[in-house]
Amino acid sequence: MADRFPSPFEITTPSGAEGWEKLYRYSSLFSGDRREYEDSQFWFRDGVHWPEVVTPWDATIYEYAIASLSQYNTRHYIIPPALGVDFRILNGYTYLSPVGVANPAEIEARVPHFLERAGYYFENWDRLYDAWLVKIRALVQEMTAISIDALPEREPIEVITGGVGTGSGFALQESYHRLCDLTLKLWQYHFEFLNLGYAAYLDFFGFCKEAFPAIPDLAIAKMVAGVEVDLFRPDEELKKLARLAISSGVAGAFSEPSPEAVRDILRTSDAGQGWLAQWDESCEPWFNFSSGSGFYHSDRVWIENVDIPFGFIRDYIARLADGEDLARPIAAIHAERDRIVAEYRDLLGSDEDRAAFDGKLALSRTVFPYVENHNFYVEHWAHSVMWRKMRAFGEVFVKAGFFTETDDIFLLQQDEVPTALFDMYHAWSVGVEPRGGKYWGPEIARRKGILDALRGWSAPPALGRPPEVVTEPFTVMLWGITSDSVANWLRSSEGSADGVLSGFAASPGCVEGPARVIKTADQIGEVQAGEILVAPLTAPSWAPIFSKILATVTDVGGMMSHAAIVCREYGLPAVVGTAFGTTQIKTGQRIRVDGNHGTVTPIG
Amino acid sequence: MTNLVWFDRFDSVEKACLGGKSASLGEMARAGLPVPPGFAITTHAFRAARDASGVIGAIRAELDGLDPGDTADVSARARAVRELIMSWPMPPGIEAEIRGAYRALSDRSGRKRVAVAVRSSATCEDSPDASFAGEHDSYLWVRGEDSVLDAVRRCWASLFTDRAVSYRVQMGYSHLDVEMCVAVQKMVKPRSAGVAFTLNPGNGDRSSVAIDSAWGFGEGVVSGDVTPDNFLVDKVMSVITQRTVSAKQHAYRLGDDDRVRRIELAADQAAAPSLTDAEILAVARLARAAEKHYGCPQDVEWAVDGELPDGQNVVLLQARPETVWSKKKITVSTGLDPMASIVATLAKPLHARNP
Repeated sequence: MADRFPSPFEITTPSGAEGWEKLYRYSSLFSGDRREYEDSQFWFRDGVHWPEVVTPWDATIYEYAIASLSQYNTRHYIIPPALGVDFRILNGYTYLSPVGVANPAEIEARVPHFLERAGYYFENWDRLYDAWLVKIRALVQEMTAISIDALPEREPIEVITGGVGTGSGFALQESYHRLCDLTLKLWQYHFEFLNLGYAAYLDFFGFCKEAFPAIPDLAIAKMVAGVEVDLFRPDEELKKLARLAISSGVAGAFSEPSPEAVRDILRTSDAGQGWLAQWDESCEPWFNFSSGSGFYHSDRVWIENVDIPFGFIRDYIARLADGEDLARPIAAIHAERDRIVAEYRDLLGSDEDRAAFDGKLALSRTVFPYVENHNFYVEHWAHSVMWRKMRAFGEVFVKAGFFTETDDIFLLQQDEVPTALFDMYHAWSVGVEPRGGKYWGPEIARRKGILDALRGWSAPPALGRPPEVVTEPFTVMLWGITSDSVANWLRSSEGSADGVLSGFAASPGCVEGPARVIKTADQIGEVQAGEILVAPLTAPSWAPIFSKILATVTDVGGMMSHAAIVCREYGLPAVVGTAFGTTQIKTGQRIRVDGNHGTVTPIG
Repeated sequence: MTNLVWFDRFDSVEKACLGGKSASLGEMARAGLPVPPGFAITTHAFRAARDASGVIGAIRAELDGLDPGDTADVSARARAVRELIMSWPMPPGIEAEIRGAYRALSDRSGRKRVAVAVRSSATCEDSPDASFAGEHDSYLWVRGEDSVLDAVRRCWASLFTDRAVSYRVQMGYSHLDVEMCVAVQKMVKPRSAGVAFTLNPGNGDRSSVAIDSAWGFGEGVVSGDVTPDNFLVDKVMSVITQRTVSAKQHAYRLGDDDRVRRIELAADQAAAPSLTDAEILAVARLARAAEKHYGCPQDVEWAVDGELPDGQNVVLLQARPETVWSKKKITVSTGLDPMASIVATLAKPLHARNP
């Protein structure tokens, strides 16, 4: 087994992708200037959040997110052994490198600050989290209110009579800056609680592992996990709409394949209009839900791709008609959680241990609603609005002749957009043609070619020499990467003889069946009942297909990844973080998924 | 009056008619401890046969004025009484019940003439059953209805073994107050067998059931001359958390002469796991049920009976308290306040993965 991954400086540019570096911020690239530092670090690919090539503008989200995460460790809470997580883009893929505090004396000196600052958050968690919910809603509202309009032939008369003193070109540039600022602010909010939440959870986790060395990770997760979680709400709303369609006698409309035709029929009756009113209510905010992770502009949001939720509703109507009860057995889930807690608690050896167990479990349950729910507010809801607003800018550029397609805007880097806007503004002000119309067409075509070449490249799971033991808390907590997974990657990169993949045993059970390999969210419709889903990762919005598949295998993710949570919810076996599932398994191949032991075995 | 009752129906009869041995089998069956199946012929049956026999007077006369110091006389008179009992005609209704129950047990085992153990289970109002331990007879590997009926009569007669008779005279108990219940229990023919602890004997982890298992009888596992398969099961989640399948070079199997002998195994069987996943979980459930029933960690012997249907084939042979770890107090290093504990968690290596 090799003892290291390739150095970032050994990686070559795929043919056809020459010049890819110019598509990203200079600070996000590996470079000779920083080679000594960069070669001394271990870098792992963040396939959990960015499994695919990132376009120049989409890289903004990656950079904002990881910088915000880092800032809270380093500057806010003074996490004793950990600074931030450094980030790079290589051949369009994202790589991360957690930075530890090497000097023990420095770690020691950071402790009192951490105790004071993190302690304050833990002590006041509920109040601060309530305030967070208000802040995040206000932010989404502010983002929604940003107006993005094409530049007018002449300013409205009200600008004159109101003595406004500024014009539409200025407003458009201001709106873009506002959107970027709010997006960065969103990511600041995202990490206000997350690292601390995981730290508290991990403390309980560590206690359980010490008390019961063989306790399954899943048992610990089940003791902490919430039952009614906002992330399940969109799916619950779909079921509610399916039930309403049946109870109000309008289910027949869903035999029409196109959502527009369904709506046309519904509009003709009172009951149908009642259903549409409920639909509108469910949409805001719950169908601001991405079919992917929400990190890519190409992820499809339900509210803008109504065929997705309508398809799920149609499926649910059919199942309700077959007499299936779609309701989650809330009381049974609560009872099972209580049973698990009570039994482990009883097995502890002393009352002191039971007191410690109670305290740590209580703190974990205090912090966990944030851990579980933030994803809906940030990656789904706020991001849906953010991508919508970005498309509005794209539309303005299309109208001005800069782009042929709205989404071409995502081929620009974040700080190239103001430059292009200024070009538009400049020409509009003067009353001449902008350069953009000539400049961006060929440039965007060139960039698309580069990205296509990068998409064909197979990104290694890690770069550089791994540490002897992975001890960095955030690597373990947020990415589920451990010494074992790194060793596993090193082994698997040479190809295991029997083709057995291993990962986290995320949800128990063992089944065999035909694999369905899904590389992107758009392929989700290909999944057939009775298949085993094999995907780079899964998104919470895939929930409706989980009730027809046998098991799930993902390339990335840990015990708390979305695939893990949803599979446990649906009682499906899951093995997550296999690294090579989608590359080694082929659609139609029979595989055995052992969610008790975290292995995936090809059979026959 | 119930003459015959199945182990798992014992709550339908009063305990007094079962004798100590049978009563404890029934208690285990009711607690969800899957003892090998069987039935008891109650003291009512014994009494009915005795009262119908017309030889009570003769028995009383035979034992009158016995001197327990005269062992030759005791032995002669006890033998005479046993012969009287062996001559009791079996009341036809009772005989039919025993034959029917034996046939049902055979059917359940997929055998024409299933092998059973026929055990004495004496009762006496004045004395605890334990003091009679070993005083009465038991018969193993009994096959066929007639043989079972014969063994039942022998058990009845074993109320009057030499030792039992002497003991009663010494203690001043009446010979005719003791009554005999007889337990008929399937002999286990293990496909696999072994032991299980309701904690991990390696580290005292109380959340695990540790199972050692090998092919055939459990002798090799107990004596240590077979390297068994080892499984660890989480009690609460009922999942197998660790498995080590060893090369089990030989097995203890029953010969045609009903003797257990050691045989060498072919390499492929030696290397195959001796339990299926469902059986591993059933063994863990059984061990956990014993622990709950007895209220402390247990060390149990179990077997997978190849003659019983799947789902009912994992049986408990014996349970006794675990003594090593149960005496130790296992405490997680606490004494840290919650924040200090979080700091320690952040600082030390973590393993977010199953072993």
